[in-house]
Amino acid sequence: MSTTIEDGTRQDAPPPKPSRRQRQAAAIADAASGGMKVFFVKLIALAIVDALAVYAIFVLIAHAQWVPMVVVVAVTAVVNWIYFSRKKLPAKYLTPGVIFLAVFQVFVLLYTGYIAFTNYGTGHNGSKEQAVSSLMASSLERVEDSPTYPVTVVEQGGQLGLLVTDPDGDASIGTNDRPLEPVSGVEFEGDKAVAADGWTTLQFADVLARTDEVTALAVPFSDDPNDGAIRTPDGSSGYLYVSTLEYDEAAGTMTDLETGTVYADTGVGAFTAEDGEQLLPGWQITVGFDNFVRAVTDARLAGPLVYVTLWTFAFALISVASTFFLGLFLAIVFNDLRMRGRKIYRVLMILPYAIPSFLSALVWAGMMNQSFGFINQVLLGGASVPWLTDPLLAKVSILIVNLWLGFPYMFLVCMGALQSIPDELQEAATVDGAKPWAVFRLIKLPLLLVTVAPLLIASFAFNFNNFNTIYMLTDGGPRDSNAPIPVGFTDILITMVYKVAFTGQTRDYGLASAYSIIIFIVVAIISIIAFRRTKSLEELN
Amino acid sequence: MRVNRKGLLAAGAVAVVTTLGLAGCAGGDSGSEGDSSAASTLTVWVDAERVDALKGAAEAYSEKSGVKVDIVGKDVADIKDDFIQQVPTGKGPDITMGAHDWLGELSTNGVVAPIELGDSAADYLPVAIEASTYEGTVYMLPYAVENIAVLRNADLVPEPAANFDDMIAKGQAAGLTQPFVVEQGAEGNPYHLYPFQTAFGAPVFGTNDEGYDPTDLQLGNAGGDQFATWLGSQGKNGTGVFNTDIDGDIAKESFLTGKSAFWLTGPWNVGAAVDAGINVAIDTVPSPTAEPAQPFAGVKGFFISSESKNKVAANDFLVNYLGTEDVQLELFEAGNILPALTAAAETASSDPIIEGFAAVGAEAVPMPAIPAMGAVWQYWGIAEAAIINGADPVATWQKLASDVQAAISE
Repeated sequence: MSTTIEDGTRQDAPPPKPSRRQRQAAAIADAASGGMKVFFVKLIALAIVDALAVYAIFVLIAHAQWVPMVVVVAVTAVVNWIYFSRKKLPAKYLTPGVIFLAVFQVFVLLYTGYIAFTNYGTGHNGSKEQAVSSLMASSLERVEDSPTYPVTVVEQGGQLGLLVTDPDGDASIGTNDRPLEPVSGVEFEGDKAVAADGWTTLQFADVLARTDEVTALAVPFSDDPNDGAIRTPDGSSGYLYVSTLEYDEAAGTMTDLETGTVYADTGVGAFTAEDGEQLLPGWQITVGFDNFVRAVTDARLAGPLVYVTLWTFAFALISVASTFFLGLFLAIVFNDLRMRGRKIYRVLMILPYAIPSFLSALVWAGMMNQSFGFINQVLLGGASVPWLTDPLLAKVSILIVNLWLGFPYMFLVCMGALQSIPDELQEAATVDGAKPWAVFRLIKLPLLLVTVAPLLIASFAFNFNNFNTIYMLTDGGPRDSNAPIPVGFTDILITMVYKVAFTGQTRDYGLASAYSIIIFIVVAIISIIAFRRTKSLEELN
Repeated sequence: MRVNRKGLLAAGAVAVVTTLGLAGCAGGDSGSEGDSSAASTLTVWVDAERVDALKGAAEAYSEKSGVKVDIVGKDVADIKDDFIQQVPTGKGPDITMGAHDWLGELSTNGVVAPIELGDSAADYLPVAIEASTYEGTVYMLPYAVENIAVLRNADLVPEPAANFDDMIAKGQAAGLTQPFVVEQGAEGNPYHLYPFQTAFGAPVFGTNDEGYDPTDLQLGNAGGDQFATWLGSQGKNGTGVFNTDIDGDIAKESFLTGKSAFWLTGPWNVGAAVDAGINVAIDTVPSPTAEPAQPFAGVKGFFISSESKNKVAANDFLVNYLGTEDVQLELFEAGNILPALTAAAETASSDPIIEGFAAVGAEAVPMPAIPAMGAVWQYWGIAEAAIINGADPVATWQKLASDVQAAISE
């Protein structure tokens, strides 16, 4: 449609002389589409990309990773199509960003969401087949006081067998199906039988090449299955094992041969006995909203959750407010031309921002040590102030350190924002007879907030999840010894989740993911409300 | 300028698909070792500092058996979690280096395969075998045993202390205000206090024939109460020997600068003391009672992945090769901690410091690897720190025992 109209105008009247902007655009478009040199650069770049993609595709096919392969094929095709096309200028700019967004943001979010609906964690780490094979392997018990049997792996008609020398020096042979039987025509090497008539002896390399078969080889010791079977872990020594578990594949149950307890798959991701006892390892299953329900209803978590949440809000709000006002105050002071040596001061102000926060928090933790810290020993002359070990003081200390870490950022931001406010406004107000405080409160601050408000919201979101400062300074301590979980008085939500899910010997990735989704929702809701509010600020302009 | 823009675009595209391509390769690479060249390559994860120590052993084994051994250095903080997460996907290594107290977690996750040491089990230090066993099955090939002992500044105090009170008295006689330091911290440090606890006859768990018994919590027995009372008397409101403000760095500084003559710590700190020019002697932990003070022993070793495609080669490499005296000594040279193989341990003990740690280690008990231990660690140090800082010892200790019991039975 539009082209016909354009064509029409062109025919009717000579085109107007292009503006400077239009000429620039035309030149860029020209460069984007033409020029042999450019074309060759593009060709080589895309050739490299395609070559890598083809390599990736072959590797993925070799490992039967079909979904990633299809994704790589599709992405490569789209990339080629976009960059060989003469149009699609916006797509040429957007594609890299979109791909990175998909890989580093969307995928991570989706995966976290998926984990939140599973029981992934300690004891539920892999698939059911892996759990079964792992249980069977660990249920093997070496028969007490049984000797080490020198063994040789032999083969007959493709079937593997073990040539076993017993402690008396007699040799016998058996396979998975045939119990050990004495054998004739044996060749010995020292005390060990190494070859027998009718059987081919496998060299070590052959044994390695057939590792799976050798690992699965269990030669019954006699006709009675209770006598156990000889297995060889390394291809040269055999041991007599009995199994304490039996897997019934048809019924999907595990039976403990000693106690007779039957463990069945009851849909909880582990073989479970009637009395609720579970055999671990279990396997991963999806559990629906269980993790979310547990996150808010678990009696052990619910109590601490309330005060940890309150402290999280207090910490984030106070941190944002204190850093902002200190930063703003300093920015105003250093914006005043009457101030001498402003450059040096400004550099000093930025220092806390320049040192990695991990490091500063650790240094502060050292300085706040009750008996040996710099603050108590040097500044307070040997006072014994429990900066980090008293519940209330620890919170104050955290806020102080976070203020120290956070104000330079606010200082920089306010400095920039202040300088963008035209001086005429101040002059006009002064001429009208406004006092400096009124000028600041009624003119400068509102204008400043328009620019800074989104950054304050971002800063709130950051402090809400400010793991580093808490972890490095107090690690959530002092511990609340009344709480049933290892939570402390300065723990914020994210550190509490970390402790619940990742410390100790039991990990619970499902629960942790559920928590992080809940925290994400909380932060998102607050941010949305706050951004709506800031719109009213913009109407001031 | 225009050409540059185009170039930028092209570069962006290259970066993107390179990333994808590499992601594809990374996903495939580790797997391909299992498939294409199966039976001929073993992938071994070791902590980055010991890569060189194992390189020689790996090459020698490759020559002997034709199996290529690929040593991959890993950050020690990541090995365990990476192993647990990667084994189920089939992309993990065949063998990983690790510590025995990972055993419960690795076994509960089903990522380790049993190892049969056969008759050679008798060649190892008993504590090493005990530590490598979980629920009656051996899962780890031990290569080193590590435990804490008392480092004594022999220039300040020439004679070893007979017991705990004697140690403090000797130090005070030498004019020191803080004769003995041990690393604590705001959350306590039960690992370093454990020898004193055992001296009062209060282990964490009782034992049965399969090792530690998680249903038999011994922490809160009568000995535990006595230990708590004693700990309180040595804390803030007592003699002040224990102080939760002393963390690892402060303890180290105190010993290195000669402010303290006795330092309860592990072999990992001996180097620093020797470098600081201190005449270090290694003593057993002075007991506050008539019973010996037994520290925890930590045993380091190698695990085989339950999903390894090369189990036979992995077993052969570990049991028949890394379990030999020469290789254990080679690993000892690199790490300077006592070898787990008895013969190698005897050879290594020609060094007086190693001999000192070995003598203390003879008394040591393996740190429990059962998952229930996680519940103990959570509360243990906090309770000890509270007692040191003046909380009612017996009440705090009994609350610890009931908290742990509740967490275990949950």
